[in-house]
Amino acid sequence: MERARAENTLTADLLVVGGGMAGMTAAIEASEVGRKVILLEKGPSLGGAVTRMHQYFPKLCPPLCGLEINYKRLRTNKNVRVMTLTEVQSISGSPGNYLVQLKINPRFVNERCTACGACAKVCGIERDNEHNWGMDKTTAIYLPHQMAYPMRYVVDPRHAADSRMKVCVEACEYGAIELNQRPRTVAAEVGSIIWATGWVPYDAAKIVNLGFGRIPNVITNVMMERLAAEDGPTGGKIMRPSDKAEIRSIAFVQCAGSRDDNHLPYCSAVCCLASMKQAAYVREQYPDAEISVFYIDVRSPGRLEDFYVKMQQDEKIHFLRGKVAQITEEYNGDVTLEAEDTLTGTIQKVTASMAVLATGMVPATATDKPPINIETDEYGFLLQKNDVPIIGAGTVVRPREISATVQDGTGAALKGIIAAGTSR
Amino acid sequence: MDTKIGIYICTGCEIGKALDVDKLVQTANDDCRPLVCKTHAAWCSPEGAQEIQDSVGTLELNRVAICACSPRYFADLFDFGKGVLVDRVNLREHVVWSHPANDDDTQVMAEDYIRMAVARLKNIEPPQPLLVQTSKKVLVIGGGMAGMNSALACAAAGYEVVLAEKEAELGGWAAKFSRVFPHVPPYRELQPTGVDELVRKVRSHGKITVKTSTTVAGTSGQPGQFIVSLQNRGAPEEIQVGAIVQATGFVPYNPAKLAHLGYGRSPNVITNVEMEQLVKDNRLVCPSDGRTPESVAFIQCAGSRDPEHLPYCSTVCCRVSLKQALYVRDRYPDARIYIIYKDLQSPAQYERFYARVQEDDAVFLTKGEITSVTPIPGDRLAIEADETLLGEKIRIESDLLVLAAGMVPTTKVDGPDNPPKAACTQPAADGKLAGEKKAAESAEIGAKILNLTYRQGTDLPTLKYGFPDSHFICFPYETRRTGIYAAGCVRAPMDLAATSNDACGAALKAIQAIECAAVGKAVHPRAGDESYPDFFMQRCTQCKRCTEECPFGALDEDEKGTPLPNLQRCRRCGICLGSCPERIITFKDFNMIATSQVIKSIHVPDEFEEKPRILVFMCENDAYLALDMVGVKRLQYNAMIRAIPVRCIGAVNVVWIGDALASGFDGIMLIGCISGEDYQCHFVRGSELAHTRMENVQEKLKQLVLEPERVKILELPINDFHRIPEIFDDFLAIIKSMGPNPYKGM
Repeated sequence: MERARAENTLTADLLVVGGGMAGMTAAIEASEVGRKVILLEKGPSLGGAVTRMHQYFPKLCPPLCGLEINYKRLRTNKNVRVMTLTEVQSISGSPGNYLVQLKINPRFVNERCTACGACAKVCGIERDNEHNWGMDKTTAIYLPHQMAYPMRYVVDPRHAADSRMKVCVEACEYGAIELNQRPRTVAAEVGSIIWATGWVPYDAAKIVNLGFGRIPNVITNVMMERLAAEDGPTGGKIMRPSDKAEIRSIAFVQCAGSRDDNHLPYCSAVCCLASMKQAAYVREQYPDAEISVFYIDVRSPGRLEDFYVKMQQDEKIHFLRGKVAQITEEYNGDVTLEAEDTLTGTIQKVTASMAVLATGMVPATATDKPPINIETDEYGFLLQKNDVPIIGAGTVVRPREISATVQDGTGAALKGIIAAGTSR
Repeated sequence: MDTKIGIYICTGCEIGKALDVDKLVQTANDDCRPLVCKTHAAWCSPEGAQEIQDSVGTLELNRVAICACSPRYFADLFDFGKGVLVDRVNLREHVVWSHPANDDDTQVMAEDYIRMAVARLKNIEPPQPLLVQTSKKVLVIGGGMAGMNSALACAAAGYEVVLAEKEAELGGWAAKFSRVFPHVPPYRELQPTGVDELVRKVRSHGKITVKTSTTVAGTSGQPGQFIVSLQNRGAPEEIQVGAIVQATGFVPYNPAKLAHLGYGRSPNVITNVEMEQLVKDNRLVCPSDGRTPESVAFIQCAGSRDPEHLPYCSTVCCRVSLKQALYVRDRYPDARIYIIYKDLQSPAQYERFYARVQEDDAVFLTKGEITSVTPIPGDRLAIEADETLLGEKIRIESDLLVLAAGMVPTTKVDGPDNPPKAACTQPAADGKLAGEKKAAESAEIGAKILNLTYRQGTDLPTLKYGFPDSHFICFPYETRRTGIYAAGCVRAPMDLAATSNDACGAALKAIQAIECAAVGKAVHPRAGDESYPDFFMQRCTQCKRCTEECPFGALDEDEKGTPLPNLQRCRRCGICLGSCPERIITFKDFNMIATSQVIKSIHVPDEFEEKPRILVFMCENDAYLALDMVGVKRLQYNAMIRAIPVRCIGAVNVVWIGDALASGFDGIMLIGCISGEDYQCHFVRGSELAHTRMENVQEKLKQLVLEPERVKILELPINDFHRIPEIFDDFLAIIKSMGPNPYKGM
């Protein structure tokens, strides 16, 4: 670019917005072709949705494994500038030549942080731990999660001005805590923009008949991931929320909101396999528990069929075709599910220790659209056409599982390289 | 080159409180003879890092040991330029956070770790990238949707492309379809395939050379330097390319195997592909007599999701049948349509398309298991199904029956019945590893498409059901043949929209392989690594272990069995180094001598001190991180442990086990990734190979009258890190029950 730049203007070939698997993949893959990339994440750490997952289907392997490889690819990568706590404020220009205004929110912790944890030890303020969907607390200064990148503490902005935070400042031997940090803005000139801001779970409380929010032992699939994870609120022990009781039986409710004109009229694509995976978690911890899965169609495309077959062969896992119409609470905390068994035409009732709603994926772009004129479908998914100014990647385009997300992120990297034109 | 060493010991993060730092400095000075040994309260602070940078400059240091936290932090900060090798002594996570403070054993552990780092630094060199002339051209094999999109993407990014298609025309399957199911909102109406426009774009692109009626007769070389022999009608033509995208697609499942569903028993039983052809040719009538079908039935999963046929789901057939139902509705508004499915697969926004077909009263959709298909008089079919939505058996009579037959990758046309051919014609050397044959064979099953001259087989190794797909959930383009990437339905069953996208991803990996080869850098998972294996061939005994064990087929062989390395194929896992009994394979920064010296640098107390020592080789990707997490969580484990990170436990040479036993170690552990069907090893076979080697070691131990239990191999997923302390304790208990290593002190 010929024109003079403001002194603190950043430049890169690609700007990738969203530091989950789609965004990280797009950024890393483009950088390993030799392109300069700015990777933005609105939260305090990279990793995105997978940091909340216990295992992936169908291998039942830990997400940390692939995440660590990606972190490793970033650590010494001079082509990627990672910016956390950063949001896009405005975008102007056209493909090949964008000017983007970025807002960097304060972390209140600078790069001197060694993640030793001395601050959190003395911090007397608690906050809901959103990483665990509010099922437990962290201190007001906290590590985003055990595999945070960067490995650095962050102060919840709602508590930064609290005078009780001073003890943390004093406890830090490295002068890393700066409670007076303010948001900053910075401009970036980039050739192309990849939007990979991911998804949020559908608000299960909206499915009133399924009782989430009213009945303590009705939880969602994303909460189940945290209950199974060793860094979750229960240290990895799956137990029901109301009384921490062990699980004698459990029911999974598929299409909780998905494939439903009143909620999400589309299929969220991953929930069938996610529930089967979670059935495997329960199976491992409670070999005697009876597991029911209420489904409309079990969708396990390609080789994932093998996983479904394996689950069907398990005598403790019962696949019941039918859409759950109602969940009610029993006196002892158990839950009773009513579903029409469409195979026999009868109403079927199952009582279980707890129920897991397989809630679907809502694209982050349904509520948080890129600040530029770009089309979405009526559900908020970004449309992918040849002439769009922004390249969507991952679950902002369609609901999909992790492998398809990485695949899409890889393709997006090349689309971004093409759109950016010559290297700058 | 002389090594000039600086040692920088951090006292922050409890290190200074838990260790006698003065004593540590004294020991480091005495044992390691550095040019400088300094302490700081936080080397990771800007001032600390600057101080190291300054002394590197003034003392012209070329080796730096940072004794602080895990190498997983501040890697960019502690980078002092190309000629300066840095090792990180993980005093924080691996010593003070996981062991008692101010304890002799903890102190000795810290001392050992510093000696180990310096021993390594003294015996390694900075890697020099291997620079060779490379071609930046991409060869795309297959001119269907995947191939054309790959070619266009590479060309748009500025790369020359040769697109080879075995048929006379471009277009592939998509050219045979009338319409595609909707991938754009409102996801209700069928869409044009767009294939003609795509063909035009490909044909007119200045950077794409199209070669139709062309197959690949042979492929040799390596990323940046593939030599491909293209076979047209005339003489073969040789081209040089930098990378290859294999987009050879699928073939429909052989309908002759679907006689139980009526195929071949009535002319009015056709496949979904044949249905497309009828519609394309504008003769959508009953093949028996050309009459108008009054009813059309579709049977889903015709061969798919069936252990007798294709065990997997072919992903697209449900939506294809929904689409074909609309073809019939469009042409014959009075026709009745029946679709019998197991589970209707119409994921994501395609659900709206399904809903649109469900709205149509003339289309009757039901779940059901087909019990029989019988031709009945009048060239009609009677279809009986059980377990339907109505909860009863149903019988449908139709004029036309469409079987939604699945997809078979072109890499597997032999079918499941044919036994695999032998992998290699040469007899295997003694000590050949059991796992090898399986992997090599898989590369031989199926059609010969690439005709690689590789020692390990002619084509991409397949994973399951003949798909050369990636096994890695997080890395869907991982390939065991560097520089060659599968795209589209050859990789996994997928729809056209997904295929276009997949093509783009594979194209990215292809140009990435080219650019990395051009600067001598490794691709994933050791992206950017400039080291590579060097073979001291004079001492090679042609045992062929390395050529057989390389998971990426990087090593070919001459007729005597001497390895012929193709270093641009190499992924730098070090498995060859681990395999070599003659110790002739060396990486600049990872070699036999350095690791042997690291082992020897550890002070092993004599048997009377009753302080056993356990050496642990751990995978630096996963197990090392797990051990970090033990420290982060402040879990405590036995201080008799000494850990050495390795690129992969498959890179552990059995010579080191001997070194460790000779040094007096009482037990040796290898901790790596899960092997077996759901393997997690980033280098595919590293942990599996390590298992086989350790079994051999245990045999040798018996010959030396040593307990084989002294060597243990363990597979540990990262999130099982909390098991580590117990794993160590259990192993130590076994070692203690056997008593000290009798070779200790000899």
